[in-house]
Amino acid sequence: MEFIQGLLGEQAGLVVWTLLKIVAIVAPMMLAVAYLTLAERKVIGYMQLRIGPNRVGPYGLLQPIADGVKLLLKEIILPAKSNKALFIIGPILSIAPALAAWAVVPFTDTLVLANIDASLLYIMAVTSMGVYGVIIAGWAANSKYSFLGAMRSAAQIVSYEIAMGFALVTVLMVSGSLNLVEIVNQQGRGMGGGSILSWNLIPLFPMFIVYLIAGVAETNRAPFDVAEGESEIVAGFHVEYSGMAFAVFFLAEYANMILIAALTSLMFLGGWLSPFPASWGLLGASGFIWLALKISLVLFCFLWFRATFPRYRYDQIMRLGWKVFIPVTLVWVVVVGAWMMSPLSLWQ
Amino acid sequence: MSFPLIVFYVLSAILLFSAFKVVTAKNPVHAALWLVLAFFTSSGHWLLLQAEFLAIALVLVYVGAVMVLFLFVVMMLDINIEKMRAGFWQHFPLAATVGLIMVAEMVLILASPQAHLAGYEAAAPLAADASNVKVLGLQIYTTYLMPFELAAVLLLLAIVAAIALTQRERKDGKYVDPAMQVEVKAADRLSIVKMAAVRDEPVINETNEPQA
Repeated sequence: MEFIQGLLGEQAGLVVWTLLKIVAIVAPMMLAVAYLTLAERKVIGYMQLRIGPNRVGPYGLLQPIADGVKLLLKEIILPAKSNKALFIIGPILSIAPALAAWAVVPFTDTLVLANIDASLLYIMAVTSMGVYGVIIAGWAANSKYSFLGAMRSAAQIVSYEIAMGFALVTVLMVSGSLNLVEIVNQQGRGMGGGSILSWNLIPLFPMFIVYLIAGVAETNRAPFDVAEGESEIVAGFHVEYSGMAFAVFFLAEYANMILIAALTSLMFLGGWLSPFPASWGLLGASGFIWLALKISLVLFCFLWFRATFPRYRYDQIMRLGWKVFIPVTLVWVVVVGAWMMSPLSLWQ
Repeated sequence: MSFPLIVFYVLSAILLFSAFKVVTAKNPVHAALWLVLAFFTSSGHWLLLQAEFLAIALVLVYVGAVMVLFLFVVMMLDINIEKMRAGFWQHFPLAATVGLIMVAEMVLILASPQAHLAGYEAAAPLAADASNVKVLGLQIYTTYLMPFELAAVLLLLAIVAAIALTQRERKDGKYVDPAMQVEVKAADRLSIVKMAAVRDEPVINETNEPQA
């Protein structure tokens, strides 16, 4: 950093250095997204006794590259009666929040682009804007199926955001901080001495389940993928999109999946902390590798759900969100509050 | 001109432009989207004032939730713009008078010595690790506890009222209790009839008249 600042002056150097850091986060992210699509096809393939893509490259490892090139070369068709400007803005608004949220996600206790004080709030605010991409795209395409998909998505995302928010409220109550680094460090203290026993996973288990399921619903993934609902409304909000415009929606969905997986790992699974006690030497040492493993585990669950469960009916989704999750989280917020004030509190 | 000042002017320009477009946009969906931009830009102003919690809360509540539901409703409306604009010039004098009075009132309040805006100093920069949320929480739950609780009760009242207004049984509703759906057994829906697999060949009586 000092070197670049010496080269370009203090202000410009800082800007260039930050841009480099952004590239260092976004480029591996895009690669991870590409290979998550391959992992999804492979995992679901094996679950359904198929072998998945295996033609391009060894074991099909170059399949995402081939898909990317195909989508890049395809024509982007603008429907004649669509709202052209909004039709283009839709995909942009859908991917921008998915990437912007990564600005405050810590990878280890020192490795974070912007260690702001209210990083958890920032993530909630930024991810809540992702729904605009879907709504605008669905409306601008001027097609009934698109519009139905957009409406479904808007109602669904707003419903599950509330339960998700309450789950996060319990996490910030026990951590006493909105900072993600602080939330992870807090999980390193406590009875288990930094091992799996002191993570938020155990005392906040109901919240973990609610967060995970709400996360699946927020990302419009199966079994909550009524916004796409191939069998009912063809492909929902992106039915009119082709080529790279469609690919951007795809990228946003998978980037959001990775983001939710990372947040679940950070808030409930101890982030970069090792599941073993710190006294176990190399196994007990914290590091990025643990975070990566936890993110992969949660992502595997996402794929597993998709291969396992049939799509929810729309009224069932609404019932689960409003009548099950919100009461459960509301009660648990009070329970955790009382627990923290009692002598039995784990979070002194 | 310092950097924050440039940011302020850029944000203000965007804010004023988008606010203007909210009023003048022909399509109500466009108007709602311009309003989203206006909210988002004004959260930038909060950030300039180092009120990061308020800035994020504005985006979270207004952009992330309120405007989504707003758009939801506006997109479903079938509005004929020409009809809406029909009496524009007829109502313009009245609307302009009301608008001018509002502006005059605001100028009177903001320019009065009681507002103490003339000698207002910029807020002292906070320490880099100062927690906006903590400071705000301390203020709300100690000094301003009573107004805060009153506001909470008011919101609760609004929630209860909204639910009470919409909570009614529809005559043609097709609601089914989920518990009953779960408890359904196969025997409730399907009855299996035993039939002989083989039947006697029907006896054809040649003397009968052919059936119509």
